[in-house]
Amino acid sequence: MKEKIYDILIVGAGTAGLSAAIYARRAGKNVIVLEEKMYGGQIVVTPEIENYPGIAKISGFEFAQNLYQQAKDLGMEYQTGRVRELVSKRESQEPEDGAGHKKTEEKMQLEAAQIPAQEALKEKKYFQAVVDINGESHRYLTKSVILATGAKNRPLGLAGEEQMIGHGISYCATCDGMFFRGRCVAVAGGGNTAMEDAAFLSQYCEKVYLIHRREEFRGEQSKLEMLEQKENVEILRSCVVTGMDKDAEGNLEKLHVWDKRQKEEMILPAAGLFIAVGQIPDNGDFLEFLSVDEQGYIKAGEDCKTVTEGVFAAGDCRTKGVRQLTTAAADGAVAALAACEYCDKI
Amino acid sequence: MVIIMAVVHVTADNFQMEVLQSEKPVLVDFWASWCGPCMMLGPVVEELAETVTDVKICKVNVDEQMDLAQQFKVVSIPMLILFKDGQVAAKDIGVKSKDELLTFMHQ
Repeated sequence: MKEKIYDILIVGAGTAGLSAAIYARRAGKNVIVLEEKMYGGQIVVTPEIENYPGIAKISGFEFAQNLYQQAKDLGMEYQTGRVRELVSKRESQEPEDGAGHKKTEEKMQLEAAQIPAQEALKEKKYFQAVVDINGESHRYLTKSVILATGAKNRPLGLAGEEQMIGHGISYCATCDGMFFRGRCVAVAGGGNTAMEDAAFLSQYCEKVYLIHRREEFRGEQSKLEMLEQKENVEILRSCVVTGMDKDAEGNLEKLHVWDKRQKEEMILPAAGLFIAVGQIPDNGDFLEFLSVDEQGYIKAGEDCKTVTEGVFAAGDCRTKGVRQLTTAAADGAVAALAACEYCDKI
Repeated sequence: MVIIMAVVHVTADNFQMEVLQSEKPVLVDFWASWCGPCMMLGPVVEELAETVTDVKICKVNVDEQMDLAQQFKVVSIPMLILFKDGQVAAKDIGVKSKDELLTFMHQ
């Protein structure tokens, strides 16, 4: 039986991945999207999107639903599962089960990846994705791959941080802030998100400490000035969180904070610590295919092409200056059309 | 007769009866309508409620049931709590796939 070969396999069903699926389906390609958890990506936690051109206001949840439905209606195949491994395969004839066809299989090396299209033409080059679906390993064959793996919240790096998620540590002030009504909380970070989180929390909480490791804030000056006006917000510059104390039930009670200027430790009452220190990409499973920068973002330009022919990177997972909903959607379109062109060529 | 199971919406009034006194294990999804990840998880929980028979599946709206949320120290949502014999057997937070939910409720 002939095994199905997709034209485009997309890893990740955030805004970039689903936008790519829409463009690829409209170009008539068969497309599968693989998502480890749930479609939507980072935008799901945003209560209100107000900067997407043509849509004055929409919730992140509704946006994600619309995007998914649009791609589904266009015929996207969708599967929950984690892509564990990507392998490049080549064979001289159509891939078929059974004897008689010499198959070679090798991990994609960068040199091998740069085989010109002419040679790929002769060789019928394609990729195999090994996917964990509910504990079982499945394989998918595809002519091209779009990595739209996004980014996740960067941890602060505290000992025991992961265990405290749900017990006082949170990466989403708008999701969890209301549970700390009337209590003392802290926000760690120095960018716009940290300042927005502090402003949001100041509406509910008795006291908000904004803890930043540097003197200067990266975020907008106007946001900082607004926070400085608030009586229940205390801004701690050149300070770092070094430890946590828990109450008898294991919930966060106090923070140990080191003041780098004064060279002294402070103990702050805090039932919540909201961490907003940026994002980190998650491309660890595909490193053999890719060139990544120091932070782990896939090196790819505005054309979304990676160092491996047939593998494209779209959205927050690639090196870029602006990571917004619009740029994720734009990447999806660019990567999909580039992948279509590649498929037509080989 | 075919009994179609559905999600039980629990309040402080029926929590004792529906959750703590349940003979079957109970999965409780603490959620709110303004929480995007909760809204993503909701349909998965509801779908499972129609197919899973050995675990009762309930939802608690934290906006309407702040006391229940406080009682179980809910500080992040969506939070899933598995009750067995009236006791908290497991807690987890965040969006889950259907398979991950099945694993969680059957631990």
